[in-house]
Amino acid sequence: MFRGFVTVGVLTLAAAVAASASQQNPPAAKPAAPPGRVEAGGVLFKKVGCYQCHANEAQGGLSGPRIGPNVVPFARFSEYVRTPTGEMPPYTSKVLSDQDIADIYAWVQARPRPPAVTTIPQLAP
Amino acid sequence: MARSKRATPSLARRQFLQQSALAGAALVAAPVSVGAQPPQAGAATPAAQGPPVLTHAAESAAPADVQVLGEGERAGSDFMVDVFKSLGFAYVVANPGSSFRGLHESVVNHGGNRDPELITCCHEESAVAMAHGYFKVEGKPLAVLAHGTVGLQHASMAIYNAWCDRIPVYVILGNHADAAIRRGPEWYHGVQDAAAMVRDYTKWDDFPWSLTHFAESAVRAYQVAMTPPMAPVVIVLDGGLQEHPIPRSERLAIPRLSLPVPPQGERGAVEEAAKMLVAAQYPVLVADRMARTPNGMTLLVELAETLQAAVIDQGSRMNFPSRHPLNQTLRARAAVAEADVIVGLELADYWGTVNALRDQLHRSTRRVAKPTARLVSITTGDLYIRANYQDFRRLQEVDLAIAADAEATLPALIDAVKRLATADRRRVFEERGAALAQTSRAAGEAARVAATYAWEASPVTVARLSAELWAQVKTEDWSLVSSYYSNDQTNWPRRLWNFDKPYQWLGHAGGGGIGYGAPAAVGGALANRRHGRLSVAIQTDGDMMYAPGVVWTAAHHRIPLLTVMNNNRAYHQELMHVQKMCNARNRGVDRGEIGSQITDPNIDFAKLAQSMGVYAEGPITNPNDLGPALRRAIAVVKKGEPALVDVVTQVR
Repeated sequence: MFRGFVTVGVLTLAAAVAASASQQNPPAAKPAAPPGRVEAGGVLFKKVGCYQCHANEAQGGLSGPRIGPNVVPFARFSEYVRTPTGEMPPYTSKVLSDQDIADIYAWVQARPRPPAVTTIPQLAP
Repeated sequence: MARSKRATPSLARRQFLQQSALAGAALVAAPVSVGAQPPQAGAATPAAQGPPVLTHAAESAAPADVQVLGEGERAGSDFMVDVFKSLGFAYVVANPGSSFRGLHESVVNHGGNRDPELITCCHEESAVAMAHGYFKVEGKPLAVLAHGTVGLQHASMAIYNAWCDRIPVYVILGNHADAAIRRGPEWYHGVQDAAAMVRDYTKWDDFPWSLTHFAESAVRAYQVAMTPPMAPVVIVLDGGLQEHPIPRSERLAIPRLSLPVPPQGERGAVEEAAKMLVAAQYPVLVADRMARTPNGMTLLVELAETLQAAVIDQGSRMNFPSRHPLNQTLRARAAVAEADVIVGLELADYWGTVNALRDQLHRSTRRVAKPTARLVSITTGDLYIRANYQDFRRLQEVDLAIAADAEATLPALIDAVKRLATADRRRVFEERGAALAQTSRAAGEAARVAATYAWEASPVTVARLSAELWAQVKTEDWSLVSSYYSNDQTNWPRRLWNFDKPYQWLGHAGGGGIGYGAPAAVGGALANRRHGRLSVAIQTDGDMMYAPGVVWTAAHHRIPLLTVMNNNRAYHQELMHVQKMCNARNRGVDRGEIGSQITDPNIDFAKLAQSMGVYAEGPITNPNDLGPALRRAIAVVKKGEPALVDVVTQVR
């Protein structure tokens, strides 16, 4: 059986998102995220397939960048989910409500911070 | 226990009997053929018509009461083995089949089962993929025996992978051409034109009709397969040619093997390419199927360091050390976007290197490279192309196309660059090299930091799996014989490991056919065994399930190989494709996992391996259990056995 091996860059919650992911303190002028439910967001992250490209803990994979725990401002996050410019498929309000996005955002923000690379012997060069 | 009913006949006696049999058969056949269709006036004479019906069978048939070879005889397949020995095959890999039973017997008895040694496979697709992986380590083809129609149909997917990857695989196919002497099952396994079904994706085939014809075709097939662009070949061996006796006294010549020297680029064209590279502000060297021999990587390093140019290793071969300061593979798209001159070295997809395709409901494309960037291509792909299968990809316009073997052309290109580089240009080169080294270091550091995220997560991240395995092998003489999603140049081993030897990275399947990884790993490990290297594979679950019998082959033949399962319990890439469709059609993705999950029940790969006599552990879900498990498994591998560690992982 033949399988295509197109490198599927689905769900790329964005070069734009990744670029901002390193920002420790998002600009204060941006609108704050609406209240989100972390636990519900975790369920949705799996259910609607975010994990498929961004991996189980939003740490990023071959097809999608890391999006948490340092996440871009909510307005930008939400806008990209609705109208992505890369390979990520769009999520309309029919399949993902604004509240759903807020929940996912809250869960992504709540991901644990990693240990320092210097504390992990397996990652020594 | 076959025994002749009488004393072994002399050669003269045997020839007499054969002639008598021929005459008898002709007499028997005559009333049927001639009586049914009497010659017409003006019809061609029998000689002009060619052999009459049943002539070949009659010519080759021995008397019915003679059941063993005479003293003065040997089997045709013995000579075939002599020819294969002359070609230097170390192994012949096969799932047994009656259409090559004569050759099979000759390999193990006449040939002593050494050079080539018969390796038992459980599926022809595994046999061909083993040969594919073996070649990538050893640089020499393996012979693959396949049984008539059915064996070749099983083998065809792996042959297609080898074709797309331009890897020589030497397929020997049994077939019974003579309908008059076929046994019952041989009708299903016999075919007029056996190689036809794979002719679109093999480079050459033949169906030799005599042993002299066979010897020439066998040597020619080897030459054709090994001449760039390399590709699989097929030799069809008639059952009768294998099994019928020939006089021992008959001298049959074995042609001397002379491999053609690969073509080097035309001198003027190479000079022009060198001028472009020397004058460029940001030249980029992109290599894909470039390193044909171990020297290929050495040459590319020399060219890159002479120019202090960025290098992107697309990974079909081990082209460039992963941690070399000029290696920009981890930021390949950015490097292409900055380039003013791009030299593509044996690129399978030049268009995809300088353009991007956006896979949405309405697909769109855009150029990534600058419109003014000058493009040079050096590839044997321009010397040979076939119709039908579309592995040639989109046509990319280039400024200079050099139809030649890239590795063979590099020495001339290096000389020309050194000659043209002035002191002023060398200063520019040094500044450029320093900047590239900085970006390369930063990309490597970013990769290590990225691996820290979800470090303690369960299921285990693929980054953690790769880091744990690297920690165990980095002090060994290791070879990554197969890796998850090897066609992706930024997978975790490529980001974290230090690849600096030609046999440490073996590329990918070529045609994207799943089922390549497991057998290719065993083939690569077979090649590494004689060098004493530690072979390791990161093995996906979906790929393993195509033909898991290759695990038994590794156990049976004591092929040392550590297989680490990247068990994400899904055909994950296909799952993402389905999700993309769900989103595009605005139906939600709740059912997107149907049809691409490998759960309920979960597969226990440790038990699967143990059932075939292989040491195995798992399933491992706690990442902290992984390191100790790997150490135990490596201890087994170092004793000369295969071992498997099943790791339940995240997606990829």
